[in-house]
Amino acid sequence: MTEPRRADNGNTPLLEVMDLTVHHGQLRALDRVSLRVFPGEVYAIIGANGAGKSTLLRTIAGLHQPTEGSILYDGKNMTKVRPERRATSGIGMVPEGRRLFGSLTVEENLLVGATYARKGPWTIEHVYELFGWMRERRTQRTAQLSGGEQQSVAIGRALVANPRVLLLDELSLGLAPVIVQRIYAMLPQILATGLTVLLVEQDVSQALRVASHLQCLLEGHTTLEGRPADVTPAQVEAAYFGLSQSAPGAVGEGSEP
Amino acid sequence: MQWVNDIIQGILTGGLYALFACGLSLMFGVMKVVNLAHGDLAVIGAYIALGVITVTHVPVLWSFVIVVPIMAVLGYVLQRTLIQAALDRGVLITLLVTFGLSVVIENALLQFINADSHSLGVGNAIITGSFSVGSQIQIAYLLLLIFAVAVVVLLGLQYFLSGSRYGRMIRAVADDQEAAQLSGIDYRHVFGIAAAIAFATVALAGIAYGMYSQFSPTTGTDTILLFAFAAVVIGGLGSLWGTLLGGVVLGVAQQIGAQINQSDQFLAGYIVFLVVLALRPQGLTTRRAQS
Repeated sequence: MTEPRRADNGNTPLLEVMDLTVHHGQLRALDRVSLRVFPGEVYAIIGANGAGKSTLLRTIAGLHQPTEGSILYDGKNMTKVRPERRATSGIGMVPEGRRLFGSLTVEENLLVGATYARKGPWTIEHVYELFGWMRERRTQRTAQLSGGEQQSVAIGRALVANPRVLLLDELSLGLAPVIVQRIYAMLPQILATGLTVLLVEQDVSQALRVASHLQCLLEGHTTLEGRPADVTPAQVEAAYFGLSQSAPGAVGEGSEP
Repeated sequence: MQWVNDIIQGILTGGLYALFACGLSLMFGVMKVVNLAHGDLAVIGAYIALGVITVTHVPVLWSFVIVVPIMAVLGYVLQRTLIQAALDRGVLITLLVTFGLSVVIENALLQFINADSHSLGVGNAIITGSFSVGSQIQIAYLLLLIFAVAVVVLLGLQYFLSGSRYGRMIRAVADDQEAAQLSGIDYRHVFGIAAAIAFATVALAGIAYGMYSQFSPTTGTDTILLFAFAAVVIGGLGSLWGTLLGGVVLGVAQQIGAQINQSDQFLAGYIVFLVVLALRPQGLTTRRAQS
């Protein structure tokens, strides 16, 4: 197991991924990746383009089938469960590139998100309060919104389903830094409602700022794992770029084929 | 005056063509399935109506109450089994599978019924009657009724798609299946619902055609499917009101063609179809693909 150093206070993980291997055709996109996300945590996966971060999140959401390994959510094995059943049982996701329903209005996007909502604190009204601009533009088609606004709608659409764990895939992608800051500034308010977050981020400094736990992927392998306070920038850099000097915190097995 | 008559007749026939086309358009718009068995399914609807009328003696105009639910269920089942299995293997496979389905239906009808032509409601005053406007314009009650049904169907579809929870889910799934799954929506079920609705309109199209003209096992591909395609392409793929516009343009073109020379009736329709395809391939009502 690649989970040696966590003080987990006797909690059981809300989400546990064990030895997950995923192939895209011939390509091994993920190679025996494991992680445990505990309730209330912000777990960040960092890594360069093509490291397998998005594949990991998509596999957890059920959009890819792993070749090996398993995914446990709330103690139940979800590995073979269809994506829509995972969503309704509380695994929410904001997919890479927003993926809004472009011909639907802002409000309709939120209504679709709430179609099979679990009971919980999030309502469309609550999302309108979180993102002040959204209410008066609720009748606009999302195709007419800016990237940052679309990202907010995508987050809102996931929130109104009242997930227990929220998967955030590259929130910063294609957005201006100031917009990214503004969106990440919302995270504490979102976490305050009891959500657990697993996020994927290319922007390492942003991830380090919000994460309570961190894992770095490189070409499908785990190269670093730990709490942000316990890892040095040099270790992160080495793990991110795959530099040969194996840092003390690294758990990777060395060189790539 | 003759031209006015042609245009009126063409517009009214356009209602029938819109009824042919809207199910085809809906299935393409939602699941990107070009259903080549569309016409044959309409013919099945007409045969079911014939059977229902013969057995239960329900009035022809009310046969839809029985035929539409039967076809809707058939649509859901076919979508969840055969068509979904094809979709899982790629959009192109659906062309092959629905083409195969079309062949199977035609031959099954030939095998188990016969090649005779049938029609629905011969002798019924509403179906065969007409009234005159002025001295040269004769309007058939049936065509007027079919046009009205087409408008009601399109209005109903629009209302359903824009206003209801399931309609919203259908549009969401049409936009992005994966994102819909992430919202907990089983897109295969939503596809089934969309197919059920499409098949319900196909049932109406079959009954309408059965009253308007004669049908036989091959009517589905040699008439209904072709006109449905022409109407959809002229109006714009995936646009509901486009099917009515496309149907009307096709109907008017055919009437005017027939006026010039009786044998040019269908040729004129296809010329308009080709012109639209060449000059405005996205159809008259749809804008260029939007992201």
